[in-house]
Amino acid sequence: MSIDVAFLSTWALPAVFGVPLIAAVITFVLGANVVSRYIGLLVPVGVFAVSVLLVFATIDGQVVVSQIAGWPGGVAIAFVGDMLSALMLGVSALLVFTSMVFAYAAGLGIDRWFVPTVLIMTAGVYGAYLTADLFNLFVMVEVALLPSYILMSRRGTLTALRAARLYLIVNLTASTLFLAGLGAVYGVTGTVNMAALAGLGVLPVVGIATGVIVIALMLKAALVPAHSWLPATYPYTSPAITALFSGLLTKIGVYALVRIISLIYEPGQLLTVIVVVVCVASMVIGVLGALGEGTIRGVLTFHMISQVGYILVGVVLAGAVGLAAVVFYLVHHTIVKTSLFLTGGTVEHEEGTGIIRRLGGLARAHPIASLAFLLAALSLIGIPPFSGFWAKLGVLTAAADSGAVVVFIVALVVSVGTLGSMLKLGTGVFWGTPKGSRSDEEVPSDVTVGPVRVGAAGTVIDVAAAVEAPPATRWRPLLVVPGLALALISLGIGLSPEWLLSLSQTAGESLADPRAYVSAVLGGGSP
Amino acid sequence: MTLAIAVAVLTAVGTYLVVRGGAVRLILGFILLGHAANLVIIAAGGTFRRDAPLVDDGVLVDAMADPLPQAFVLTAIVITFGVTVYLLSLVARTAKQASKEDDELDGRIDMDEESSP
Repeated sequence: MSIDVAFLSTWALPAVFGVPLIAAVITFVLGANVVSRYIGLLVPVGVFAVSVLLVFATIDGQVVVSQIAGWPGGVAIAFVGDMLSALMLGVSALLVFTSMVFAYAAGLGIDRWFVPTVLIMTAGVYGAYLTADLFNLFVMVEVALLPSYILMSRRGTLTALRAARLYLIVNLTASTLFLAGLGAVYGVTGTVNMAALAGLGVLPVVGIATGVIVIALMLKAALVPAHSWLPATYPYTSPAITALFSGLLTKIGVYALVRIISLIYEPGQLLTVIVVVVCVASMVIGVLGALGEGTIRGVLTFHMISQVGYILVGVVLAGAVGLAAVVFYLVHHTIVKTSLFLTGGTVEHEEGTGIIRRLGGLARAHPIASLAFLLAALSLIGIPPFSGFWAKLGVLTAAADSGAVVVFIVALVVSVGTLGSMLKLGTGVFWGTPKGSRSDEEVPSDVTVGPVRVGAAGTVIDVAAAVEAPPATRWRPLLVVPGLALALISLGIGLSPEWLLSLSQTAGESLADPRAYVSAVLGGGSP
Repeated sequence: MTLAIAVAVLTAVGTYLVVRGGAVRLILGFILLGHAANLVIIAAGGTFRRDAPLVDDGVLVDAMADPLPQAFVLTAIVITFGVTVYLLSLVARTAKQASKEDDELDGRIDMDEESSP
């Protein structure tokens, strides 16, 4: 299959960033109606199409480069599509689409701010996956974060506002640190072009300056010891928005860490040892925290910390094999985590609470949603034939190849912890005896998620579903389907993993040997 | 040297204000920390070259100011400004919502001390 590379580099790559921004303006002008809701669904479809083209264009390790405004390579800000960027774009577009379907079904679409803010946020995320310039990465991250501040506080309850304030402060700290690191990198090298910085991490000054940026990104990715803000913020917004944040914003940090560490540092440096320690600590602490949580999204959010450790540990293990494992795990995790958040969100929307001890026995009345949960949970634990099995197998192989015994053992033991917390969710929410969750007790407002209604002043207010929701005999199908679809995709990948394994193999090889990336970015036009 | 001292003082005062707690102190602290980061970037471009970066105006390349860090800082200032404004409005909204929910609770003491200093 031949792909028109010129079309991709001239039009498609800049459009991936530009079109969502233009669409955001259009949907904001149109207001909350059917047309803007369809635009919100069409944009991720278009981005997915571009990502498929990009996968075919980079299938042999080629790199598609778009030098913005036609400046020569090294001077221009470059948008670069390689296999990693292509896969990240595709999986992000997929999760945006499914989360949007879920959000519309949950009633978020009637807020006129919802579609435009999500579109701007996704534009920043796509831009961050494509850019080859550290300062541009900073700007893209901010483009993604500003709408997220709005989404975070949109529920308007006191708990949501407090969570939004904490979220904003943490990200502001990380951004300030990122900026200072950028200054240091520019001061010692005279450039912030990632390709021009390739391999320079072996020089101590560059290694330390870039290390400041790495620390800032670790704060954004919520790795131990800077993890505690994540469970204190993510569960307090609407479930669809939690799913979007977990799949997009945390993943920018993870993606940027993968790109920067593999490109700028060499294996065996001190930083790689630090990364291993931080990742192993995240794996353990995240899963222990998940065991102690009492709400559905609390458990899932703590899991993210643990899983980010799994993803990033491969960056510094076993070269191309480890990096291939990273890419596969990233794709798998984005799909499965979003599925779990959406299914958990369905329970919260329909039962009026996410507190595990108030729920129980939902499987009898809602077999399809329970099936979606079961499939995604088995995949997260890493049981064959799901995608999680191949993802964990990749990490374990990489650990064994590089002789990292501790990582190997911890990765296995933490899987048992994952199993334990998934059992807790499964038996507490879906199996066991029905609790009659719509009890007379007053449900604390910080965990209830009622159907969202628009108040008189246009603000979104929560209607306590514990009081309002009629005893639903059947859950809204459009709430159940997105989570189920993603769980089935995970099963599909697990049943025939060869194609994704070979794609992530290509991505891993081009990350381990970035010569094609460097020469494409610095050399000017497309190769 | 002046820049290094300025960055040190701004970082120290900014950090102090942030960890002291209280919404206004927090915001002022972040403004100072943002200025510190911006000065780091300006310092990265070098402060000894002061001439305008116009190539055909007879300015020597060695004497030209580096325009790139200035562009960085300009972008960063705009972003920090936007975030600060949003943080201010968020704090105001939180305080308003807190007093509203206090009224609804009617007499129950809110143990979580709200931000206004």
